[in-house]
Amino acid sequence: MDVFLQQLINGLTLGSIYGLIAIGYTMVFGIIGMVNFAHGDVFMVSSFIALIAFLILTAWLGISSVALALLLVLVISMALTALWGWAIERVAYRPLRGSFRLAPLISAIGVSIFLSNFVQVAQGARNKSLPPMLEGGIALTQGEGYTVFLSYKQCLIVGVTVALLTGFWYLVQRTPFGRAQRACEQDRKMAALLGIDVDRTISLTFVLGAALAAVAGVLYLLYYGVVSFSDGFVPGVKAFTAAVLGGIGSLPGAVLGGLIIGLIEVFWSAYFSIEYKDVAAFSILAIVLIFMPSGILGRAEVEKV
Amino acid sequence: MADARSNGLPEILRDAGLYALVALGLCVPLISYRTEAGPTGLELVPRWPVVAAFCAGIFVLRVLQRLVLARRDARKRLTPAPDQATEAVGAEPDAGQRFSGLGLKVFLAVALTLPVLATLASGGLGPARYWIDLGILILTYVMLGWGLNIVVGLAGLLDLGYVAFYAVGAYCYALLSTTFGLSFWICLPLAGLFAAAWGMVLGFPVLRLRGDYLAIVTLAFGEIIRLVLINWTDVTGGAAGISSIPRATFFGIPFTADEDGFAPRFGLEFDSMHRVVFLYYLILALALLTNLATLRLRRMPVGRAWEALREDEIACRSLGIDTTTTKLTAFALGAAFAGVAGSFFSVRQGFISPESFTFLESAIILAIVVLGGMGSQVGVAIAAVAMVGGPELLRNLGFLGAVFGEGFDPNEYRLLLFGLAMVAMMVWRPRGLVSVRVPSVSLGARRAISGAHVSEGHG
Repeated sequence: MDVFLQQLINGLTLGSIYGLIAIGYTMVFGIIGMVNFAHGDVFMVSSFIALIAFLILTAWLGISSVALALLLVLVISMALTALWGWAIERVAYRPLRGSFRLAPLISAIGVSIFLSNFVQVAQGARNKSLPPMLEGGIALTQGEGYTVFLSYKQCLIVGVTVALLTGFWYLVQRTPFGRAQRACEQDRKMAALLGIDVDRTISLTFVLGAALAAVAGVLYLLYYGVVSFSDGFVPGVKAFTAAVLGGIGSLPGAVLGGLIIGLIEVFWSAYFSIEYKDVAAFSILAIVLIFMPSGILGRAEVEKV
Repeated sequence: MADARSNGLPEILRDAGLYALVALGLCVPLISYRTEAGPTGLELVPRWPVVAAFCAGIFVLRVLQRLVLARRDARKRLTPAPDQATEAVGAEPDAGQRFSGLGLKVFLAVALTLPVLATLASGGLGPARYWIDLGILILTYVMLGWGLNIVVGLAGLLDLGYVAFYAVGAYCYALLSTTFGLSFWICLPLAGLFAAAWGMVLGFPVLRLRGDYLAIVTLAFGEIIRLVLINWTDVTGGAAGISSIPRATFFGIPFTADEDGFAPRFGLEFDSMHRVVFLYYLILALALLTNLATLRLRRMPVGRAWEALREDEIACRSLGIDTTTTKLTAFALGAAFAGVAGSFFSVRQGFISPESFTFLESAIILAIVVLGGMGSQVGVAIAAVAMVGGPELLRNLGFLGAVFGEGFDPNEYRLLLFGLAMVAMMVWRPRGLVSVRVPSVSLGARRAISGAHVSEGHG
């Protein structure tokens, strides 16, 4: 039971990170119907930005308060990653709107390869690790031989995720931008006829998706303390799995899917085998797409002839 | 953005300045500070000159681009745009088509005589090894491209896990020869059959999927196979792979120096290059076989069904074509060629590991097919030369070290440029290099049509 509780905590932490990335996939798919293959690498780029920002803040500017440093890192990383998201959409996806169907997907694969190798060339191929911080935590139960431990990091990750998702939900549901975004998702042409700047809305969607991926990137770096240029692909595929599992196009679905994927991965590693945990994630992706392509909260796709 | 802008110089400079500013924002943390492992954890090494050079480069490029665009706009205003005219469906054979007709002959001629040409050019069989090896590499990708072309170009099914079948073929030969001692010539067709079976097994569950979903599931399958190869250590040797795989023989005669070897039997002096040249002609034959099979299949009912499926699946079904079998044959045949290529790969290398079968390989093969103009056989060959041979050119750019400072290795930028090329290709020429098609079936004279009239499929 104690092991179960501990894994539950770990799974929810990991799941919140996947959920944050999954929102980027699901929003982009909802609005322009493409799988933004490069999103996982945008997440990795944000992790690197966070790493460098953190080193600058602590080593050079001498900010000793961890809370302040983290807040600044979060803001810097979100802003710069959002710029990356905007630039990628502008350069690699916007010229392809209305082009043939495979073009955006292949372009996205190109961006993904470019980003991971750009970081490799710019920062080197080695794993980069951060000095440990925010150590310690709360012992929930003191069983015999096994202590269920809730670390401060995990509290922070879940807390930040919940806070940002609340803000994000408000943005999508209650603001003019959110209304425009949802309108474009339903019918882009009609939205354009009603005076919505569709290009701007799509740009902002990418910016938002990248900013949320940046949050995930900062939290990932904080949680694992290590990042490498190849860290975008697998979390990206898992987050995409989460988006599909929750029903692609559905925002609560993405978060729900992220939590489920996080839990499955952690429990699989704990109870079965850690080597095959990625196989589990990929298999779930295949199974979900084959047997329930509309996901848990998604709408079934109707084909018009 | 393209319509209502002035082309005055201040405007252009302002615009380019904006671009440079964005570039600055993009590379501020990632390029300006390099993280290096120091004695007390990570240290930052500032590199602001690189950032400045980068931003200046973007600025200059943007100014140039705007100037070129401005001139083109001015010219457009004088003459009616060609895209405003109605495009004739049955266009006369244009430069592109004539080029591709000629290209095929040139390609074949060069491919057939490459070992001779290389020997003459570099003065000896030994020094020619680099070129022949490069030829083998390119031809392997040509074969893979032609194989994937059946799935993507003809049947319109987007497969991002193609490398899995390549891996199946490679491991098939490696395992059969090291454990059962089967010869290469028995394993070659077996690998094809085995990979085809896997193509059916993996193709069956994804029959209902289309578009991006199909792409993602095939990618997942590809990754699953790779992860199983890494983790199933008892059979596959895990990440260490399988080494000392038996070499190819000349139809049973080994390429060794002793009496039963290839050279003494044919009265030649022993040279280790005989094997390499033989491998070169072997992969050339295999690739041409793939091409021939594809060309013949296109005329057969199954090939026509593939193309019909690509154009319109619903119309296909309503005309009584069994889409299940059609899709499965495409998957199986594409996989079979990949399996044969894989078994060639393992006999050539003598060593295989899961490292060689990453998603990147699938992406490269797909990029070759798309760059070639999906469905065009010549295009795929040209694209393979460009995609595989192009990066090799980078090795010869060492002199750039004088410009960029010591320790500059152009080869590091291979994949970075590759990714950029994929994006640029989609933006400028989404229809590929060879953008005309000759219809497989036609009434009367067979005339080339623009690639824009060919559907890219829904699956």
